[in-house]
Amino acid sequence: MTAVTYNKKAKKPMQQDVVFPIVNGIFLCILMFVTLFPVINTVAISFNDGIDAVRGGIGLWPRKFSAEAYKTLLADKLTWNAFGISVARTVITTLTNLLFTSMLAFALSRKEYVFGKFITLAVVLTMYVNAGLIPNYLLIHRTLKLSKTFWVYIIPTMFSCFNMIVIRTYINGLPEALAESARIDGANDMRIFWQIIFPLCTPVLATVALFVAVGSWNQWFDTQLYCGSKKYLHTLQYLLKMKLATSMNTANAANASVDALASQAAAKSTPITIRCAITVVSALPILVVYPFLQRYFVTGMVLGGVKG
Amino acid sequence: MVFSERGIPMTGAAYEIQPMQPAKKKSIWKTLWDQKWLMVMSIPVLLYVMLFNYYPLWGWRYAFQNLDISTIKKGADWIGFGNFEWLFNEKYFWLGIRNTLAMSVINLVFGTLASILLAILLNEVRNRTFKRTVQTVTYLPHFLSMVIVVGMAQNMFVSDGPVNQLLLSAKIIDKPVWWLGEGKYFWFLVGIINIWKEVGWNSIIYISTMTSIDPTLYEAAAIDGAGRFQRILHVTLPGIKSTFVVLLIMNIGHLMEAGFEIQYLLGNKQVYDFSQTIDVFVLEYGIQNNKYGRAIAAGMFKSVVGIILLFAANFVAKKLDEDTLI
Repeated sequence: MTAVTYNKKAKKPMQQDVVFPIVNGIFLCILMFVTLFPVINTVAISFNDGIDAVRGGIGLWPRKFSAEAYKTLLADKLTWNAFGISVARTVITTLTNLLFTSMLAFALSRKEYVFGKFITLAVVLTMYVNAGLIPNYLLIHRTLKLSKTFWVYIIPTMFSCFNMIVIRTYINGLPEALAESARIDGANDMRIFWQIIFPLCTPVLATVALFVAVGSWNQWFDTQLYCGSKKYLHTLQYLLKMKLATSMNTANAANASVDALASQAAAKSTPITIRCAITVVSALPILVVYPFLQRYFVTGMVLGGVKG
Repeated sequence: MVFSERGIPMTGAAYEIQPMQPAKKKSIWKTLWDQKWLMVMSIPVLLYVMLFNYYPLWGWRYAFQNLDISTIKKGADWIGFGNFEWLFNEKYFWLGIRNTLAMSVINLVFGTLASILLAILLNEVRNRTFKRTVQTVTYLPHFLSMVIVVGMAQNMFVSDGPVNQLLLSAKIIDKPVWWLGEGKYFWFLVGIINIWKEVGWNSIIYISTMTSIDPTLYEAAAIDGAGRFQRILHVTLPGIKSTFVVLLIMNIGHLMEAGFEIQYLLGNKQVYDFSQTIDVFVLEYGIQNNKYGRAIAAGMFKSVVGIILLFAANFVAKKLDEDTLI
């Protein structure tokens, strides 16, 4: 501690210790407000009357309450269909990804595995080497012909190297004796994995599952690339993306003139309120589960940071 | 179950098989047979990686062919470095590189500073409930998709939106600014949105480093008369220095990755010269215009530069690790 020199003039530590926490607290409160404001604002707009919303200036509370946007949205079969596709892809991707990723993590956690080094190298290299968008597109679209099928959401996301490393780190931390004793009792590696290691990995698997699920739920680009023309394969995020693109264009084409937008809006719900309503619907699952599962997310971040 | 000192269960079977001392010369076939289940468990992913990660690299050969929608059926011709020549003479390719690097650097500098600042401020909070509340709130945007975030940003930054209202009432501007439609604002808009989305999340690593700083250092500093700011300056900041350096170097390795979604979603015709990154360039040439060869050449250029940066960064990180950090 050579850097800290004795300071005779350390003036009134009491005063400093009262002022700083207050300023700090106020600043962090403002930060929380800035973080939450756009979210609450979007909810407020989605519950506002459509034509009124075009006038802008809505803050934290709807100016003229109306659930018309949600009614329009929920009356549309495509919304329900997109919701179903989003849920299906999230659930199936999470299950398959978890299965394959954890199986490999277990195999690579075994030091005696002959191919362990080779497979680790082959898998870890993929984190650095990426062929890029077009070669992948040509593979999936032309070679495998997965376009316009539901499987394009599942098959290309069956494995994640980063998550594999996180799970493997966790397995390496488990006592060796557990697997050893089971082996002596005659269990093969498959049984050791399923009956001993897999159940013990529940905390890390929960974390990884959350990451995979959020990633899958939030994905929109694969829909645009491969299923843009198939209305019944659209996901919620993609519906939102399409609405966003239209509103971007109209807002700019009309020089952001409020009158031009207002004149388009004959219906009770306008593109703005509909877009905000889809935003709320597609963010809702995350907003609902997030506060309860937050600590799992952070555990994963720390686990990955240690080894990643 | 009872274990001996060496971790062997004290059951009858243990003494018969003696697993800790395998036979001296186990034939390779026997070993392979013993590990058959491990192989079964790794084969699916191995096949997956071969198909989805390594096979596409073979597609890089198209960078040297005049591949597009008309030639893809009957097979394209080799044209040497023709695609690259075209690329290096293309104005929008260089604009893409400029925009990618500019936005990466803005994200890196301001994103890092913001997350360190937040970590320091949170580290000074004594009330645990308040600290946890701030953390929960600031981590939240990380989990929202970029589509949602860009939609919210649009609500915020439209001409009659809250940002303009605030600035107008504070008399900082005298007429509404058209944030989304002017190129000169685009990079910083992206920077602000990225910070909003990730600042909390990126502060986690610094917060966890700070909690591992020895508390006696703070006590010693306090006894020596260091005020709060001096303690931050002389204890907290040196404590996170190594984390900072490692993360900085790693991020430099990712300079070619400015993100794709935000530019693609937030960009529009008016700001095109500032919003278009290499990834957007690849998408527009490859998917929308079906000029596969040229797009792959651009993507390949980006990947190769990215790999070089990454390995250089790793190399520097390792060197520093050996020499200075530990």
